[in-house]
Amino acid sequence: MLNTKTRNIIEQSRKRGWVLEPEAKELLSSWNFSLPGFIWTSSLSRAEAFAQEQGYPLVMKIVSSQIMHKTESKGVVLGIDNLQLLRETFHRFSEYQGFEGVLVEEMISGTTELIIGSKTDFQFGPVVLLGIGGTGVEIYQDTVLRMAPLTEADVGFMFDDLKGKALLSGFRGGTGINFAYLTQMLVRFSNLVMDLKDIESIDLNPVICTPERAVIADARIILKQN
Amino acid sequence: MDLTPLFKPRTMAVFGVSRNNDTHPANVIFNKNNLRYPVQTFALNPGGGSLQRVPLYPSLSEIPVGIDLAVIATRAEIVETVLDDCLLNEVGAAVIISGGFAEVGNHRLQERITDMAREASFPFIGPNCLGIHCPTKFDTLFLPSERIIRPELGNLAFISQSGGILVDQMLKFAGEGIGMSAGVSIGNKALIREIDLLKYFDQDPATRVIAFYIEGFAENEGRHFVQAAQASPKPKVVLKAGKSAGGVAAASSHTASMAGDYQVFSEIMKQYSIAEARNELELTAFCESLSCFDQRSIQGRVGIISLSGGHGVLAVDTCIAHGLEVPRLLEETRETLRERLNPAIQGIASLQNPVDLTGSSIDSDFLAAADILSRCQEVDSILVLLLPYSPGTSPDIGAKLSLIQQRNDKPMVAYVPKEEKYRIIVEGFELYNVPVSSTLEGSVQMLEALKRCRKC
Repeated sequence: MLNTKTRNIIEQSRKRGWVLEPEAKELLSSWNFSLPGFIWTSSLSRAEAFAQEQGYPLVMKIVSSQIMHKTESKGVVLGIDNLQLLRETFHRFSEYQGFEGVLVEEMISGTTELIIGSKTDFQFGPVVLLGIGGTGVEIYQDTVLRMAPLTEADVGFMFDDLKGKALLSGFRGGTGINFAYLTQMLVRFSNLVMDLKDIESIDLNPVICTPERAVIADARIILKQN
Repeated sequence: MDLTPLFKPRTMAVFGVSRNNDTHPANVIFNKNNLRYPVQTFALNPGGGSLQRVPLYPSLSEIPVGIDLAVIATRAEIVETVLDDCLLNEVGAAVIISGGFAEVGNHRLQERITDMAREASFPFIGPNCLGIHCPTKFDTLFLPSERIIRPELGNLAFISQSGGILVDQMLKFAGEGIGMSAGVSIGNKALIREIDLLKYFDQDPATRVIAFYIEGFAENEGRHFVQAAQASPKPKVVLKAGKSAGGVAAASSHTASMAGDYQVFSEIMKQYSIAEARNELELTAFCESLSCFDQRSIQGRVGIISLSGGHGVLAVDTCIAHGLEVPRLLEETRETLRERLNPAIQGIASLQNPVDLTGSSIDSDFLAAADILSRCQEVDSILVLLLPYSPGTSPDIGAKLSLIQQRNDKPMVAYVPKEEKYRIIVEGFELYNVPVSSTLEGSVQMLEALKRCRKC
């Protein structure tokens, strides 16, 4: 059963065809997924206040209905560690076409980046994808797919199928990721995609993993074209 | 909808039999069933008359017995009328061979006959198909008997969207001694589709393995298919066509770009324990292997017995390439085996895995190795590389080894070179269901099939 927030966000985004990142994060937050602390604002002073409260380093991203692929448009700046860089980035972003504010958020660091995704397949309906994430996701092509909803056993087999599983377990003395946490997260995500209608695809990428938890650092939700 | 009349008809009516064209599909179907099969067969032609002293009935109402199965090989535009006649006369089911429906854009006609049948709970296969071949029972394939190679009666049901693939696979199955309970070409699958046949053969006691050649599913049909497959304990094999077609053009998300139609299909088959064959050779090997064994949930730890070191090493490579393991044998297992070998090879046989018995081995060495591997915990399946060139190997070796598999219930497959003079060995293995391949690759595929029926 979808909550009101989810239904409203999907309805508001229908015309655009995809959900703005801050709204996608609000949607996911309403389902209790872990997200970085963030603020969506078009006011520099509010961005500064958030920085003061949150502390550096921070990430700033452009929010614009005309920019779905932010990295390719140089609309993402990582590791902002002082007020001057925060201001410069804000001013640069405010010149972008269709500027609807900026997303300022806590910069999460972790050992591994994963992609968790979903797609509505014509023959099989909602499917869930798991893989080695980050910007190189399509270079590594190390992903697995299963039909939603997932059981915990399905998720176990998904991890087993990843070529990079050794990296996730803590390769050569490194710290591994929290498989139990991610298993619960994937099962819950698969239940959410079963309930969401009219979704073409979802990318949660990167999902930044630490030994304790996994935080969704970026989320893209694309709606089905009618 | 009751599919029994489709697969177990006692009486059959063939529509569209011609008085003067012996090669008309309806004539071929009528003749082969009338002459070769126990099903009581009647020929229909609107003009009546006779064909080689057999009466041609103008309509169903004139046939003196009730009809279980109608075979319709008329022109497309007459099918609706024929179907009406079938419903009126309480026929049990139909195979509609006729083409000229959705495959040539005639969707409305196909919808009309489908709606008629659905409303009356009247099952039909097709249209635009070859229909059904049930060895020893009946055959609606319009190919002359002398032209096709038919497998014997057995426990494999094969369902194919393509009639050509069905006929070609029947030849391959027959060549490997794989018997069939039924072969079905479903053509346009307007009413009866893969999922209906999966459910039917799941309940059919004569069928042990259900295999499919699939080109594609309708919207969400794949989901229902795998869910139905999950409810069936029988092993399922799938060969998918169209693996390379239709990449996702300019996808706007990573997920959409990496989750192409075939990737999704293939990984969901794994999730639902359906063994996907990569090509027709694997399809044949998988079907052969799965039709032999009850024990089908191996992890894939293979024990290899050979008398040639080279074959042993090649077999290890092939196993690894197919995702199978070849674990070392425990010291204790090796010692027990060494004690049971004939003195001539005790000092020269290599008892790691592969077990290399050398060219000086005799039958009893093979039997000892197979017996011990059948009982040890290190391996869950056995591959016997039987090279029948050495003088110590008798023609009875196949039968003797198959008895060991029968006693111990650990899956065993064999590689035997394909030569007429070694046929006695192959038949010996097959006596108690040890599947035999004439290639190393094929024998390893047979073991892989058992692993691929596990959820992963």
